[in-house]
Amino acid sequence: MRAWRDPVALLAVPAVLYLAIVYAFPLILLLLKSFTGPAGLTLQPYVGFLSDPFNWRVIGNTLRVALWTTLVCFVIGYPAAFALARAGLMLQIVMLVSIILPLSIGVVVKAFAWQIVLRRDGVVSELLVGLGLWDEPQRLLFTETGLVLGAANIFLPFMILPIYSVVKLIDPRLSEAGATLGAAPLYRFSHVVLPLTLPGIVSGVAFVFSMSVSMFVIPSLLIGDRFQTLATLTGRSFLLMRNEQLGSTTAVILLALAASIVVFSTWLARRLGGDT
Amino acid sequence: MTPSERLARFLVGFAAIFTVVFLMTPLVVTVAVSFGSSTVFTLPPPEWSLRWYDKLAQTRGLLPALAVSLEVAAVSTAAALVLGTLCAVALVRGRFPGRDTIATFLVSPLMLPGLVIGIAMLQGFKAMGLRDVHGSLLVAHVVITLPYVVRTVAGALSLFDFALIDAARTLGCSYPAALMRVLVPSLAPAFLTSGMFAFLASMDNYPISIFFTDAWTKTLPIQMLQYVEEQPDPTIAAISAGLVLLAILALVLGDRLVGLRKLADF
Repeated sequence: MRAWRDPVALLAVPAVLYLAIVYAFPLILLLLKSFTGPAGLTLQPYVGFLSDPFNWRVIGNTLRVALWTTLVCFVIGYPAAFALARAGLMLQIVMLVSIILPLSIGVVVKAFAWQIVLRRDGVVSELLVGLGLWDEPQRLLFTETGLVLGAANIFLPFMILPIYSVVKLIDPRLSEAGATLGAAPLYRFSHVVLPLTLPGIVSGVAFVFSMSVSMFVIPSLLIGDRFQTLATLTGRSFLLMRNEQLGSTTAVILLALAASIVVFSTWLARRLGGDT
Repeated sequence: MTPSERLARFLVGFAAIFTVVFLMTPLVVTVAVSFGSSTVFTLPPPEWSLRWYDKLAQTRGLLPALAVSLEVAAVSTAAALVLGTLCAVALVRGRFPGRDTIATFLVSPLMLPGLVIGIAMLQGFKAMGLRDVHGSLLVAHVVITLPYVVRTVAGALSLFDFALIDAARTLGCSYPAALMRVLVPSLAPAFLTSGMFAFLASMDNYPISIFFTDAWTKTLPIQMLQYVEEQPDPTIAAISAGLVLLAILALVLGDRLVGLRKLADF
């Protein structure tokens, strides 16, 4: 173990020790507590939680909203990443500002803004009526569609930026080479461009999906108490219901979900040969 | 231009404009509402007015919350810059096993649900006997800011040529002077970017802060969410417009000092 004698390693000690005490220890404590009953180790809280059909609806809500949000982000974000990489200088600056500026503004501000946007007389409703898609104004606030739209808007930069970071590295001549060799545009895309952007897609999807699973402020403001997800249920059981047992159980399920997304996406990114 | 090239160009333009409009809509709407006279968020407002900005001064708890947020963000960012830079040096320059694991561990607070971290800390701090709310808030926020610094500074360090330090020493600099005059300036953009994002992340944090509040200690996001739930009127839009202005200033500063494209590096 001579490697451990490297004195430079000591510089990492303060930060690692700090996180170990303040962050890792509390998480381990939470895990242990959630598996401990009056009579020692137990799975009872989890069995109880999962045997209630209401809770399955909560898990379903969480995953459904997260999937839709990720899908909307991907559909908008994938072409946007190409646009950002290929746009002229002026347009590129405008795009960069509109991506980074919202990133620097708090989620409470943005979720509040979406409360205004999604009202019956809000921008979205007026736009859809104006385009003739809706016959009369409708309220999107406090609906699942509104929640997905708001969340997708708030998380979109986290989809665009990782994909952009791989798109800007693609040599445009690769696609031209494919064209010279007689490949049709669609074939060129699916066999040349798409595989090269996969690492970016994986990291963008993982970012957005894990943030959507654990979002708390956005659903509180955009859909309200009648619609529960794992995160809102966790928050409520600690902050309102003072039911620490239930809160610890849902918190650990949420933690397991988020951790498995991270582990799976890291594994996938490594397999695809990306280093992002 | 072939038809498919024209189509590609059209799609790129469309995607760009759609994205810009979609991303800017909430910010533009908030600022517009804050300058309207209507109490019910009508757009476009019947009349322009500054009444919500006047009301800001009478809004109780707003300034104390802003002060708490700024203080916590500044202190936790400063602490993270020190701890994080030391750790980044060890991760990049050290030759010891488990560096990848340590790096993942240090960045992991970014990837786990904030609410779960907050709950764990609430119980963990209680178990360790830390009961002071303000102190707990500071201690907790370093966990939010540290990952940004470690990630960005380690990235910048791995691109730094350490032979430059040897060169400076050959030319007569002492080791600390070489660090200060060669290494620190070349890391300045990384300090600035990570410091800015860490500061904003701390200012913005809700899910961890919510567990460390009492009547005297409330951060701005918590106070704002309370206003939104109790009496939603455009005063909140006026606060938001102020925060948008703050973000624009930070962005202009960041652009001047390190460049916009660097800020987008992920």
